[in-house]
Amino acid sequence: MIVDAFYAAPALLILGLGIYTTVVRDTFPAIVGYIAYGLLLTVAWVQLHGVDVALTESAIGGGLTGMLLLRASARLRAHEAKARAETPGITLRLLAGLVAAGVAGALAIAVLTRPEPIPTLAPEVAANIASTGVGNPITAVLMAYRAMDTLLEATVLLLALIGVWSLAPDRVWGGRPGPRYNADPDGILAFIARVLPPIGIIVGMYIFWVGADNPGGKFQGATIVAAMWLLTMMAGLADAPPVSRRWLRILLVAGPVVFIAIGVAGALTAGAFLAYPEGWAKPMILVIEFALMPSLALTLGLILAGAPERAAE
Amino acid sequence: MSWALDAFTYIAVGAGAFFFLAGTIGLLRFPDTLTRLHALTKADNLGLGLVVLGLLPQVDGVLNGLKLIVIWLLVMFSGADAGQLIARAARRAVRRKPPA
Repeated sequence: MIVDAFYAAPALLILGLGIYTTVVRDTFPAIVGYIAYGLLLTVAWVQLHGVDVALTESAIGGGLTGMLLLRASARLRAHEAKARAETPGITLRLLAGLVAAGVAGALAIAVLTRPEPIPTLAPEVAANIASTGVGNPITAVLMAYRAMDTLLEATVLLLALIGVWSLAPDRVWGGRPGPRYNADPDGILAFIARVLPPIGIIVGMYIFWVGADNPGGKFQGATIVAAMWLLTMMAGLADAPPVSRRWLRILLVAGPVVFIAIGVAGALTAGAFLAYPEGWAKPMILVIEFALMPSLALTLGLILAGAPERAAE
Repeated sequence: MSWALDAFTYIAVGAGAFFFLAGTIGLLRFPDTLTRLHALTKADNLGLGLVVLGLLPQVDGVLNGLKLIVIWLLVMFSGADAGQLIARAARRAVRRKPPA
C-alpha cells in the first residue's frame, strides 16, 4: 500500500498541477505551474528509473523552457488584456475539447491494451553494448545506434537559433542579443554570478563526461553550462557577443559539422552514414561529444539570450 | 547496528518532512511576501539539512555523502540569494505603488 501511494502521489499531483496550469487565467501563475509541473515530471521519471530523461526534463523542460516562457510573458504583458479579451467561440472550444479527449482516449487504450510481453529492443541493446564502448545504454542508443537522431536534434537547435535571430529589427540586425543588464556590481545578483559559475561549469562538465557510463550526457551538461553563462550575462559581468561575429558562428556550427564529417567518414569506411569502423566506436563518440558540447552550450545560451536588440558596437 | 541507523534515517527524514510541511503552511498562511520568504527559506534549509543528515547513514562511500552535503550547501546558498532578490523586488514594488 505504501508502494502504491509512493507512485500514486506524484501522479495525482502532476494531474492536479496540469489542470491548474490550463485553467488559471493569469500568465505568470500558469508559467510557475508549468515549471513546477516539469519538476514533478522529473520525480516521475526517476521513479520509472529513467534518470537520463529526468535530468533532461529538469534541465530543459523545467529550466530552459520555463525561462523562455517567462521572457515571452514579460514581453507580451502590454498586450495581455487584449489577448484575453479575444476568447474563441463555443464551437471552437468544443471541437478542441473533443480532439484533446480523443487523443487522451487513444493513449489510454494503447496503454491499457498493451501486449504482454511488451515488445522492446532493450535485450538487443544490452547484448551488443560492448561493441559501442560505452556503459550507459541510453548513451549507446543516442550516440551509436541512433546517432542520426542526435545529429538532427543538434541541427534543429541551430535552426531554432536562426529563427530567434530572424526576429531582430533591421537596424540592429547582427547586433547583441538581449538588453543591457545593469545589475548593481556589489549586489546579490553579481555575487551569485561570481560564486555559482565555477561550480556550475564543473557540474556541467562532470554530467557531460560521466554520461558515457552513468546517467548524464551532453544535453544536460550543456544546459547547465549555458545557464551559468546566462547568469553572468544577466548580472552584467559579461556582455552578450554580437551575433554577427565570425568566431561565434564558427563555434556554433563546429559541432554539427564535425558530426556530419564523421558520418560521411563512416559512409566511406564502414559502409553506412554514421557507422563506426570496428573498434573505433568509442574514439569517434568522444570526438563527436567534445565537438558538440561547446556548440550546444553556446546555442542554448544564445536561444535564451534572445533576438538581437542592440547594435553591435 | 543497522536497525539503529535505519531508525535514525526515519526520524531525521521525518523531521525534515515536518519542516517542509511547516514551511508550506507558512507560505500559505503568512500575510505578506517578506514573512512568506522567511518561512520558506528557514524551513526549507533546515528541512533539507535534516533530510540530508538522515540519508547520510544510507550512502555507500564517503564521496557520495560529501556530494549530498554539497547539494545541501548549494541549495542553501541559492535559496538565500533568491530570497534576498525576491525581497528586494517586493520592496521595490511596494515603493513603486502609488499611495492609495
